[in-house]
Amino acid sequence: MDQKRRTFLVTMAQNMAIAATGGLLWAAYVDEAKAAPLTLRPPGARKEDEFMSLCIKCGLCVEACPYDTLILAKPGDHKPLGTPYFVPRDVPCYMCEDIPCVPPCPTGALDIDSVTKKEGDKRVFDITLMRMGVAIVDIKDCIAYWGIQCDACYRACPLLDKAIYMELRRNERTGKHAKLLPVVDPDYCTGCGLCEHACVTEIAAIKVLPRDVALGKVGSHYVKGWQGSDESRLKGSKGIQTTVTPRSKKSPVESLNEGIDFE
Amino acid sequence: MNRIWKKYRFLILRRISQIAILVLYIGGNYWGWKILQGNLSSSSLFGKVPLADPYAVLQIFSTGAIVAADAIIGAVIVTLFYALIGGRAFCSYVCPVNMVTDLANYLRRKWKLDKIEKKWWASRNIRYWVMGLSFILSFLLGTAAFELVSPISITHRGIIFGMGFGWAAILAIFLFDLFILKNGWCGHVCPLGGFYSLVGRYNLFRVRHNQPNCTLCMKCKEVCPEKEVLYMIGKKSQIVDMGECTLCGRCVEVCDDDALHFSIRDFVKKGE
Repeated sequence: MDQKRRTFLVTMAQNMAIAATGGLLWAAYVDEAKAAPLTLRPPGARKEDEFMSLCIKCGLCVEACPYDTLILAKPGDHKPLGTPYFVPRDVPCYMCEDIPCVPPCPTGALDIDSVTKKEGDKRVFDITLMRMGVAIVDIKDCIAYWGIQCDACYRACPLLDKAIYMELRRNERTGKHAKLLPVVDPDYCTGCGLCEHACVTEIAAIKVLPRDVALGKVGSHYVKGWQGSDESRLKGSKGIQTTVTPRSKKSPVESLNEGIDFE
Repeated sequence: MNRIWKKYRFLILRRISQIAILVLYIGGNYWGWKILQGNLSSSSLFGKVPLADPYAVLQIFSTGAIVAADAIIGAVIVTLFYALIGGRAFCSYVCPVNMVTDLANYLRRKWKLDKIEKKWWASRNIRYWVMGLSFILSFLLGTAAFELVSPISITHRGIIFGMGFGWAAILAIFLFDLFILKNGWCGHVCPLGGFYSLVGRYNLFRVRHNQPNCTLCMKCKEVCPEKEVLYMIGKKSQIVDMGECTLCGRCVEVCDDDALHFSIRDFVKKGE
């Protein structure tokens, strides 16, 4: 009887050990394989971690894309297997107004609400609302920053003068010319990649990166005092708060004399 | 010719079904056919009816994500189909990996590998452990864990959307089944097969054994990819009631004695 119990316990331990070993290997692989922070997702994609839980890897968005922009990750692409992505230097997103790729998504990994706006009492598509990434200019390799006249990215931008605008600067080298410099405004940039596709340099000097990779975050303790909407965040605040303790009631000078016996 | 049809009729039908489904999906991607679009994880039938792999949807549920209605409706439709009618027929009539493992199994029989090879023993319940693990890992890692490694999806997606290095997964399964474990992938490891075994446990269509006709030649057990389901052969007239039966019909067609045929489940227990 005791032998039977021993056998049972050992067998169970063996099974659990096999399951745990397999599970750990599997988990290690999946955890590494799903981490591809530089992947550009389709329009309307939720935040990368939500996207990775929801995407069922069916490829319906890929099939819906009329420009073959979207690709379903194959083994060897070094992207999370079976998930959709795009490479703007090869094929950028042409920002279709009817957004064919988002509605077919069966799981909601692509969020229709994020690319529609209310107009009257119905919601209409607005592709300019999508935020797939943001274009970043490499100012050392952009020939416009050298002083050569080039506005390829600016002309390619579907949100011309909003997402990319040209800034005028004096060319100090020649002393008599102007430089027209492309500058990206992340408030408008959708990450479509038409600029990266159009860039004339050998390796694009303007590149789309996922927004959470490229953009910083100020933190809520900075308030734009010159902006009414931002200043309103201070409403209801109790002003500057000072912590009062028995020690802080005394003047700092008094601490100099502390512990000294003058007698 | 007639004999070939009689001996291979279900095999031929299954190959037609598997290839036709693949062709429809390929047409959906490359030529814009609106019959079946997407892939086996989730698709759209005639551009209207959503279909979804219920096992994949359950994994997404385990991650804690809120799945949109289309995928849920699709998963319910597929589950109902297999629970009521299909049983585990997904494995033998739809899944593209079946063609790979069937080939391995065929070569095994042809080259008589079972007689020479070192025998490994592995439980056929591994698939249920893998299935349980996949839910735990999906929960812990926040992504559908089996879907990121599934050779079924890799193969299927590979055929429809481009293979990449996906052939390596197919080769691995082929070698595993051919030289390491008989019916290794489909019959032991694959959690999707395990899932459909559970879903299709009580479906309508079943293989039935007619014991008085049986001459105990055991041809059925030799071809069966899940031979544990044929435990009643030569012993008792009854339906093959285990969920692991893929309804592939190989046993029916190899039987020379008319002791096996497709039938419908008994709904009322007959008195002995």
